[in-house]
Amino acid sequence: MAEQFVGKASEFKDGDRQIVRIGEQEIGIFKHEGEFYAYSNFCLHQGGPACEGLTIARVEERLRDDKTSMGLHFTNDMNFVCPWHGYEYDMKTGEHVSNRKIKLRKYNIVQKGNDVYVIA
Amino acid sequence: MDLISDRGRRVQVEELNTTKLLAHAAKQSRDNKFDEVLIVDVDAHHYENENFGEILPFMENEVMKQLVMAARSKGGRGSVLPSTPGFQDMGGRVTRYPLRASEKTNPDRLRDAQLGERWMDAMGVDYSCLFPTGMLNVGLHPQKEMEFELCWAYNRWVTEVALPQTNGRMFTQLCLPFSDPEGSLRCVETFGHRPGVGGWMVTTVRPKMPVYDNAYMKVYRAIEERGQTLAFHSGPSWGDHTFQSCNRFISAHALGFSWYNILHCTNWVVNGMNERFPKLPVIWIEAGLAWIPFVMQRIDHEFMLRPSECPLLKRKPSEYMREMYYSSQPMEIQDMDALECTFRMIDAENTLLYASDYPHWDFDLPSTIWDLPFLTDRARHNILGGTAHKLFKLPPRNEAQKQNLIKYGNYIGN
Repeated sequence: MAEQFVGKASEFKDGDRQIVRIGEQEIGIFKHEGEFYAYSNFCLHQGGPACEGLTIARVEERLRDDKTSMGLHFTNDMNFVCPWHGYEYDMKTGEHVSNRKIKLRKYNIVQKGNDVYVIA
Repeated sequence: MDLISDRGRRVQVEELNTTKLLAHAAKQSRDNKFDEVLIVDVDAHHYENENFGEILPFMENEVMKQLVMAARSKGGRGSVLPSTPGFQDMGGRVTRYPLRASEKTNPDRLRDAQLGERWMDAMGVDYSCLFPTGMLNVGLHPQKEMEFELCWAYNRWVTEVALPQTNGRMFTQLCLPFSDPEGSLRCVETFGHRPGVGGWMVTTVRPKMPVYDNAYMKVYRAIEERGQTLAFHSGPSWGDHTFQSCNRFISAHALGFSWYNILHCTNWVVNGMNERFPKLPVIWIEAGLAWIPFVMQRIDHEFMLRPSECPLLKRKPSEYMREMYYSSQPMEIQDMDALECTFRMIDAENTLLYASDYPHWDFDLPSTIWDLPFLTDRARHNILGGTAHKLFKLPPRNEAQKQNLIKYGNYIGN
């Protein structure tokens, strides 16, 4: 397993991302709510750059007890979206939000002092 | 650049560079050695409204021309084409929509040609058929005179301005002003011989379109005599009363693209058009594939019960449908067994034509065909370009492509 330097933790703001390349691998590293998340940058749909698009809150449809709809609303859960076709992944798990069996490869992140590394 | 995300939050993304955006497609192309395979994309798009400044002056009628040019002038409040509501960009999730204007090109050459080369080179596409985007709604225009004028101007611009700047990489199936059969015939006779014209396109998003009307027979005959194709290009129309029950874009889009081709293909077959014009290659574009087995089964079933209503048919409707052509995108790939069945039913090895639909949001890469586990090598090569090579007479771009065309029985010469 190779350890690849990503950057200084202090230089990552919440919402920032970085793409690192290790051989044939491309890894997207996000900082979200103070935590680092790292996933394969190859979308499981057609291979697009899954980590290079928009980050956007998950949408839910809220229902009343009588099953009538209150319409669509943003939640506080964050997704990242492949910019090619809109495949939408859960920031915390890398799972496709409509089919949790579809899951991007997740990479471990280690922090040594102020240095952030991804393990690939 | 910043994009608008949830609750007004701004998210920084890189400015658009098509080559960079499609870097992973280029890797697929290299890994699969697509340079050795002739790949023809029979349905790609540009945004012709970005070129209206050049297109509209080609309109013939001075009054119509003045109307649209005034509408587009500074302070003008008119619109040139009917539009339908929709969210192709998914709220900016498909970033090439909001970022489109930021992509840098050389001002000395047609921007659409440069952008086209970037995505074709990335995907490994050798040739693409250039279709408009907004003009797919031209059939909704209430003035048939305006439909003719807009199609006429677009056809002139494509053949006189656009194609000459594409280094032979793009070809066209020009717009037929279908509300005007006489005008359609005039287009075929005027532009049919021009370089890069492989056929003719009818946009099927229309409130009423009797493809069987006697007024069109001379148009079909003229196209057939020229050895060109007749393509029916579908689209969505959320405003159509049929789709006003849809409260989500996904519903109107998924159904709309299939519906218009279902409608017109059914009329085409039931009225015996394949018997009347047996040498006219007909292509059904951008409706996906899942609708075809549905229509085949439905019409075959009723044909056995009501043969007196389609006496021109000498065979089952599905047999005629199996002899027409279909573009592959957007290919429904969620159930591989169903897709394999569809390929069998439409004789995909001989009738299916690869299409990307790029840059639209649901584009398909060549690898969507290449990677299908149930295809033979011959089918892969035919679908990606061999069949289109025969239809549009597009020469291979290198010796390896030529040898593959020969190997799979498709080569018709340069």
